[in-house]
Amino acid sequence: MPRRRLIQAVNDALFEEMERDPKVIVYGEDVELAIIGDMRGLHERFGPDRVRNTPISEATLTGMAVGLAAAGYRPVLHLMFSNFIYTGMDAIGNQMAKLRLMTGGQIKLPITVIASFGGGACNAAQHSDSAYPVLMNMGGIKVLVPTNSADAKGLLKSAIRDDNPCFFLEPSGRGGDMGMVPDEEYLLPIGEAALLTEGDQATVVAIGRMVKPALATARKLAERGIAVDVIDPRTLVPLDEARLLASVGKTGRLVIVDEARECCGAASQIAAVVAERGFPFLKGPIRRVTPGNVAMPYAANAEAHLLPDEGRITQAVLELVGQG
Amino acid sequence: MTANHAPTDEELLNLYRQMALIRGIEERLRDDNAAGKLPGGVHLYIGQEAVAAGVCAHLTDRDYITSTHRGHGHFLAKGGDPRAMMAEVWGKREGICHGMGGSMHVADVARGILGANGIVGAGLAIATGAALAAQLDGDGKVAVCFFGDGAAHQGVVMECMNIASVWRLPMLFLCENNRYSEFTPSSQITAGKLGDRARAAAIPATEVDGNDVSAVWRAAGDAIERARQGEGPSFVEAHTYRIQGHLEAEALFLQGQRYREQEEIDAWKEKCPLIVTRSQIIARGAGDESVLSKIDTEVAELVDDAAAFAEAGTPADVDLPAQLMFT
Repeated sequence: MPRRRLIQAVNDALFEEMERDPKVIVYGEDVELAIIGDMRGLHERFGPDRVRNTPISEATLTGMAVGLAAAGYRPVLHLMFSNFIYTGMDAIGNQMAKLRLMTGGQIKLPITVIASFGGGACNAAQHSDSAYPVLMNMGGIKVLVPTNSADAKGLLKSAIRDDNPCFFLEPSGRGGDMGMVPDEEYLLPIGEAALLTEGDQATVVAIGRMVKPALATARKLAERGIAVDVIDPRTLVPLDEARLLASVGKTGRLVIVDEARECCGAASQIAAVVAERGFPFLKGPIRRVTPGNVAMPYAANAEAHLLPDEGRITQAVLELVGQG
Repeated sequence: MTANHAPTDEELLNLYRQMALIRGIEERLRDDNAAGKLPGGVHLYIGQEAVAAGVCAHLTDRDYITSTHRGHGHFLAKGGDPRAMMAEVWGKREGICHGMGGSMHVADVARGILGANGIVGAGLAIATGAALAAQLDGDGKVAVCFFGDGAAHQGVVMECMNIASVWRLPMLFLCENNRYSEFTPSSQITAGKLGDRARAAAIPATEVDGNDVSAVWRAAGDAIERARQGEGPSFVEAHTYRIQGHLEAEALFLQGQRYREQEEIDAWKEKCPLIVTRSQIIARGAGDESVLSKIDTEVAELVDDAAAFAEAGTPADVDLPAQLMFT
């Protein structure tokens, strides 16, 4: 089982799927140079028909994905940063998410959109959003947030083969993280959460970049005799509700760590699901650890102050178990 | 092709038949709407039939079109089934989209009709994507995006024209200038000539009398042939007029206010594309009154059949939206 960086695993998935299916094409801004690394070598291998640079025209690029898909292709659109989803929003919200329903099922939309999300790099608010809450609310769009090399590869390959629009969101600043990836062809089903550590004191659900501080927190808590489940949902739509409820059924306590804004966000949706369907299990209030409802500032200290970290996650767990 | 080629007698009669069918279906929808029989609003194409007919005569099921919120004419001219379209507008299970789309969103993907669209200007990027697919397939298919003078002011139009031009996509930008952007005269909100925007992207642009089906047929034919030969996109602005309101229920919204004069509407009614075409047919001897009235009778039967089919249809399946989610 080879060790691959997350960004290499994404690149491997693209190579494999483009080799497998000539209908897979990749386009977006600067994909030929592959400045982020996930597109490296694709242009040289597959040529300008299947890997092409575009102008900076997100409103058109997202709409073109619909036309390409309707005409039999499996487009992969690279949008760079998840903030640019907003620039391309009409075709996402009104076309991709809606046309399967509106055509009575005539149309299939095997579209994959790749973008990186999250803060932590002093990119300021227009390049630091975790833009999945708006996607989760569209209906008709699958939302994938892998956090390690194997999941990234397996989910991207599944997304490209899926007949529905899938947004594959790369955790910003985690591209260099190393992880084991299976040798053999590896597809991860969309909609399965991962249980990363086990414990019976509390459930910590961590999304995207927040998995890393959640795991570090869990290790330190374990040293103090407080064992927690850490769950990575891996996909936000569809959400693995059964896995979340099973864990809360065991622990009775839930902390959700998310760097997206709180209002109508992933953490809020998870909280609502557990409150509605897992209420009898709960021994205390559900806690969300998030930046609240503000945009990400530029200055490093101000950004770090907002982002959930080990200290805040630890405090939330300790308060729930009565040691806060 | 030369600039003065023209449809044959048989082609001209077929164009008339197509226009008459669109008119007949839409007059029925106008009446059904007035009678309160339709669940949602309808935006009618009456007066603009020559554009859809003249363009789509050059297309087959393999070619792609995207349409507008005023899309019944494009759907029918591209070969869509009148029964399935009527049933869709009625919100019935037998509708082309099983009652999930309605009037503003009729689509028949198997026939290359990628949909009417409720978002003004949204069809252009979809058509640009379909045109890229057609180019990659390399088998001579084309994509036509119909859009209005109102949509022309969406920023995405310039984005699409730039991409289509720089990649030489097999595509026709067909702007139907019906002079009104919803309730606002386009003259009030338009800077310069729309064709100049295409020329700025190095796309050849022409203007044509959109009520003269032969002229539309000729201009669209040249542009589509150019696209099929790999010579890139074209822009055609067809000048026409929307006889009905922006939507059929507009009187309710206007509350007695006016945004255009009756004299203007009456003047355009005299330039009705069906009347113009009948005159052309008779003038060149392609047919006489008896030939035309035979076509009218056949069309009326099709309209009656489609309307009866729609009215007799079954209500939409309330479980279908959830069933279509991620399947």
